[in-house]
Amino acid sequence: MVRYFTRLRVRRIYKWGGRPYIFDRKLKSYGFEYLNMSVEGQEAVTTVTPGQYILIEGNDDEYPFVAKLLKLFGDESHKQKKALVQWFLRLSEVPQNKKLLLGRSPHPQEIFYYLGRACDDEINAESILGTVHVQHVPEDTPFPEPGTKDTLYVKLSWDTKAFNVLDPVLMQDTSASTPPKPAPPLFTPCASPTATPVSRGPVHHALPTPDPTVMRRAGSVSDTRATMSAGKRSTLEAESIHSASKLSASKILSAKRRGSAADTPGVRKKLQLSIGASPGKKMTRADVLCELLDEEMESEKVVSLKLSSSVSHSLQHGCSLSPMRSGCKTPNGQRRFPWKLTSISLDRLSPTALGEQDFSSDLLLAVIPLALEDEVFEAGLPTDAGSANTPKKRQATPRRNYVRGQKPTTPSRRKESAMAIREPALGVLAEEDSEDSPMQPIALTPRSKRKSAQLVSLRIRKQLNLLDNTQELISDGDDDCFVPSKKELQSSSNEEKTDSEEETVAKKTRGRNCKTSVRTPHKTPSKKVTPSTPRCATPCIPSRTVPARQPGNILEEARARLHVSSVPESLPCREQEFQDIYNFVESKVMDGTGGCMYISGVPGTGKTATIHEVIRCLQHASDMDEIPTFRFIEINGMKMTDPHQAYVQILQKLTDQKVTADHAAALLEKRFSNPAPKKETTVLLVDELDLLWTRKQNVMYNLFDWPTRRHARLVVLTIANTMDLPERIMINRVASRLGLTRMSFQPYSFKQLQQIITSRLNKVKAFEEDALQLVSRKVAALSGDARRCLDICRRATEICEHSASHPSSAGLVKMSHVMEALDEMFSSSYITAIRCASLQEQLFLRAVIAEFRRLGLEEATFQQVFVQHRTLSRVEGLQPISVSEGLAVCQRLGACRLLLLEASRLDMLQRVRLNVSQDDVLYALKPVRD
Amino acid sequence: MDNIIRKYLIMTLFKYGYIFQVQMILRERFCHQRLPEKPVGMESQHKHLLELLRRTAVHGESNSVLIVGPRGSGKTMLLNCVLRELLEVKDVNKNVLPVHLNGLLQTDDRIALKEITRQLNLENVVGDKVFGSFAENLAFLLEALKKGDRSSSRPVLFILDEFDLFAHHKNQTLLYNLLDVSQSAQAPVAVIGLTCRLDVLELLEKRVKSRFSHRQIHLLSSLSFIQYLDNVRSQLSLPQDFPDTKFYDEWNDSIKTLCEDQLVVDVLQSHYNSSKDFRSLHLLLMLALSRVSASKPAIKPTDLLEASRVCMVDSKANILHGLSILELCLIIAMKHLNDIYEGEPFNFQMVHNEFKKFLQRKSHSIHNFDKPVVIKAFEHLQQLELIKSMDSSTAKIQKEYQLMKLLLDHSQIMEALQKYPQCPTDVKQWAMSAFG
Repeated sequence: MVRYFTRLRVRRIYKWGGRPYIFDRKLKSYGFEYLNMSVEGQEAVTTVTPGQYILIEGNDDEYPFVAKLLKLFGDESHKQKKALVQWFLRLSEVPQNKKLLLGRSPHPQEIFYYLGRACDDEINAESILGTVHVQHVPEDTPFPEPGTKDTLYVKLSWDTKAFNVLDPVLMQDTSASTPPKPAPPLFTPCASPTATPVSRGPVHHALPTPDPTVMRRAGSVSDTRATMSAGKRSTLEAESIHSASKLSASKILSAKRRGSAADTPGVRKKLQLSIGASPGKKMTRADVLCELLDEEMESEKVVSLKLSSSVSHSLQHGCSLSPMRSGCKTPNGQRRFPWKLTSISLDRLSPTALGEQDFSSDLLLAVIPLALEDEVFEAGLPTDAGSANTPKKRQATPRRNYVRGQKPTTPSRRKESAMAIREPALGVLAEEDSEDSPMQPIALTPRSKRKSAQLVSLRIRKQLNLLDNTQELISDGDDDCFVPSKKELQSSSNEEKTDSEEETVAKKTRGRNCKTSVRTPHKTPSKKVTPSTPRCATPCIPSRTVPARQPGNILEEARARLHVSSVPESLPCREQEFQDIYNFVESKVMDGTGGCMYISGVPGTGKTATIHEVIRCLQHASDMDEIPTFRFIEINGMKMTDPHQAYVQILQKLTDQKVTADHAAALLEKRFSNPAPKKETTVLLVDELDLLWTRKQNVMYNLFDWPTRRHARLVVLTIANTMDLPERIMINRVASRLGLTRMSFQPYSFKQLQQIITSRLNKVKAFEEDALQLVSRKVAALSGDARRCLDICRRATEICEHSASHPSSAGLVKMSHVMEALDEMFSSSYITAIRCASLQEQLFLRAVIAEFRRLGLEEATFQQVFVQHRTLSRVEGLQPISVSEGLAVCQRLGACRLLLLEASRLDMLQRVRLNVSQDDVLYALKPVRD
Repeated sequence: MDNIIRKYLIMTLFKYGYIFQVQMILRERFCHQRLPEKPVGMESQHKHLLELLRRTAVHGESNSVLIVGPRGSGKTMLLNCVLRELLEVKDVNKNVLPVHLNGLLQTDDRIALKEITRQLNLENVVGDKVFGSFAENLAFLLEALKKGDRSSSRPVLFILDEFDLFAHHKNQTLLYNLLDVSQSAQAPVAVIGLTCRLDVLELLEKRVKSRFSHRQIHLLSSLSFIQYLDNVRSQLSLPQDFPDTKFYDEWNDSIKTLCEDQLVVDVLQSHYNSSKDFRSLHLLLMLALSRVSASKPAIKPTDLLEASRVCMVDSKANILHGLSILELCLIIAMKHLNDIYEGEPFNFQMVHNEFKKFLQRKSHSIHNFDKPVVIKAFEHLQQLELIKSMDSSTAKIQKEYQLMKLLLDHSQIMEALQKYPQCPTDVKQWAMSAFG
């Protein structure tokens, strides 16, 4: 891999390369051909050109973001350097809860094509770290052997909801590095990658003459993705001159496609599908896919038909798209299809194998008329001229497609398919061509003339290549860099020259990466897939052998429903608070801004439950695509050992990294302050905020400071018990950042409590109305704690059950049962404890009171009390006890906390106080004295 | 003749065997090595707890409960009885994971967490070692509990002995988390706290308290003396399955007569008055039992009396018996100082002066000691903790002038003097006299 410079300490210098061209006169922005990056103090210069895969500085030094560069542009002053990218995700960037959707352990170097629309695709070009190699791996082939560390693999795409099989076309369009040339740069500047498969370029106005090289390059540079994510309005789009006509552009484009595909019936079929989808523009990709799926069987036939036409050959992948996509549903169909194609293509080739040049020129011929046609179209519709590129491009890369078509086959498979062909020698040749020509993807054309000479070496190499899948795949990635030019096709000798020229240039631009990957072949077979060990064992409680019994009768049912843990269908009595919080969070998520909210209330008033309910609703809304996706993270001050652990927990939930608190703080700081574009709104719930208090309050400070950052997109909801917490414990700068969005949950009133119980019971008739009212009134008068209320009700059902002679015959819970439960839970046990104490203990308590009265104080030493005790026991006619025994009695009372004692090492001098009021003691002792 | 002797010998041998057996059985009882068949005097509490734990085990209902009662009232015994009974139920047998914690052993959350993970045998446990930092362990445990759900995971019974000590842990993190799990839809847990503090709920932070279900099972014995006596009898009696019926009858008869003896009743009454719990009773009976031998194959009332005397003895008076005359004299001087200054602290110099005055006036039996010798004696008293320094910083003040207090009661001193072997009469008289 190109050594990218991850440390911030390294200063990189970025310079535009190539000649700028204006693509937006209004905003005075310029597009650039390539970007030269160099590290201060070092000679090496890395050149990044659109179409290459790049690494972008992210939150994690180890794992920078991966993206494909689509476009480089800057403003007039050349100060601002911006770039347009297509994102790729690492698994660690996928939300924790969605990771399981993958259904397998990820490859360590696996990345996912990002189809979501929450990410900003415009980045600061100066955050580019370097280039990286990305390799598309078809769904059914295993990952290449892990020896090539520097390559990342794409297999699936991720659209924020699910992993899908990646459409190979998306990857394929990425013919890489356009070598720097003196000629005016021709890639299209403002293709909005997420919007339409369009690459528009004013360049085309300047060059009305169709130049296939130009076309191809332009097409290859722009990323033509068929995502219909119209909802996303990237900033770039706004800048673009075409933004206003964006919608119509896609329509026109599809019309053009129709036109261009007119001569190939098979193609039209496919294209019409996408046409059907594009005008609406609301249609999600999934919808399109569904349609495609329906025609899957048909398309298979279509392909075979299509192959009769050489032009349609280039569209193989466009067709194979549908079965690949539907792969998750019909794995068989999907598996078969590409191979079928290969065999067919080989089959097709075999008759013409001796005259491959014919074939290629045949292709070219097909390309040129189409290109011309498109240009005509463009002329007719000057505003949307650029949009015509796609169809051209599709046809412009026929051989690459062909080569690609073979890629999915594993060596053994390939062999099989090759042998299956009627002419084995030619089959081998064809295979050889695709395999051993990493430098020359178009090997079919020139090399075939020296076929006889090659045939010998070919067989040797084939043996190697069979074992050498990885190497081949990598080199294939390099192949993408090469686009056949018109010249190449015209004369083979000429072509060879250009080819080598281009090659060297490409190598230069791509740096070490390509060279190493090309030159060092891998001999190890690729059968083995790295067993990716999970980071840590997943903790879980062993499961039970006998399943839990379900509630049997009404009382048990009621008890299950009344348990605090059971999640009710709705949360009654908190509608206003719910609405307020919902509105707050929703607006922040919609705007992509951040904010803080402080929620206070005594325990058991439904604070956390309400927020969870809000988040549930919002998640639902975002699933329905009503609001952008967001991520919910919950931390609890009580569930961590130290306030600084908050950082660790947040980071772990965000990115699944496990780091130390200090490092986590730094990473989070970076994440929330840098304009890292790939960001969705994060909703952070901080429960038990008061426990995050530290002397310097830096944890709280950071939590409230991050949302105020411009790029943070963080919504912080904090919960604590006391209403005046910000004023009481926070220093000014923290309290000020918390802001004034506060809410307080009042304790439940008795009516609300009653409603809560009733709604929980939900028509299970287990309580008498009066009984419910008694409970709720009692609890409302004391604390308004819903948990307490539910617990009392639960206890009442138990008492009711026990009081009945037979469990099944138990009736409704009556007043008496509720009274008993209330008594149990609310009555103080001190008086019973005194009554049940032994005689000497009672006597000692009396002695304490007597001594207090004598002293006029509420405190006495043991020695003083013991004197009283001895006198009292004489009065009572008991044998006076020894000091040791007296101390034992005193300690026993102290252990129960009827008395409060000093440390026992003070022995006789320890001071004694009562923990109960004197009246209570006298009241409790009365019946004993009588 | 020979026959008779042989018979006698065999009889004695058997008796030895039986006595040995009796001692085994009763020792097991008194030392709490075997749980009683049925807990006495706490039937309703037993039923309540059993029902509660059964529901957790069978229905997967999370619960929390506190068992509160004074020391020795049988909290652990009750819980163990319930657990034994619970594990006998077929459904429950392999379905619960008991975790025993003790506030005296797990003195902070870090240790407690390690112990929990160890007992639960979670994945970060290899052998007996728990890996990971405190924070990791907590996250791990919470994650584990969160993963579970009501119907599928095994219920965990957290038994927290000395529950009140857990409430002193920092932030009450452990309690909060356990109780929070018991109140949320996670793995079913039952948190059972055992404590002797009646005010334990006041120790809990309000958010922790809100999560506690407020179930308390109080073990406050309201045993009358008659029941107490019955209990003593049944505790001393042999079980039905004793091998030899003759010996069984003999022993049980002797116990019956013993419990009707007035002396024994008096001893037990005074014990009952002092404390009702069975642990102190067991100590008493244990002492009495140890006096049983083959030659004396029954507990006599005097044994019990003697045992009671041992139990009730004043420990300080015992120490006084072992003091030298000089030390005793110093104690008496301190007593007088206490009388004069009404309990104000004194220092060595004052005591020494008092002692010298006594020597000048009427000392015939005690010769004059040098000051260093007296200091030595004084320090010895301090080491025995019969006197206690009042100053916190001992280093600054000279030894002679450190303020001290006497940790003895007048009655204790007088009692000790009466019993002191060969105490000189002038010393006795000095002690009795009102002022030095």
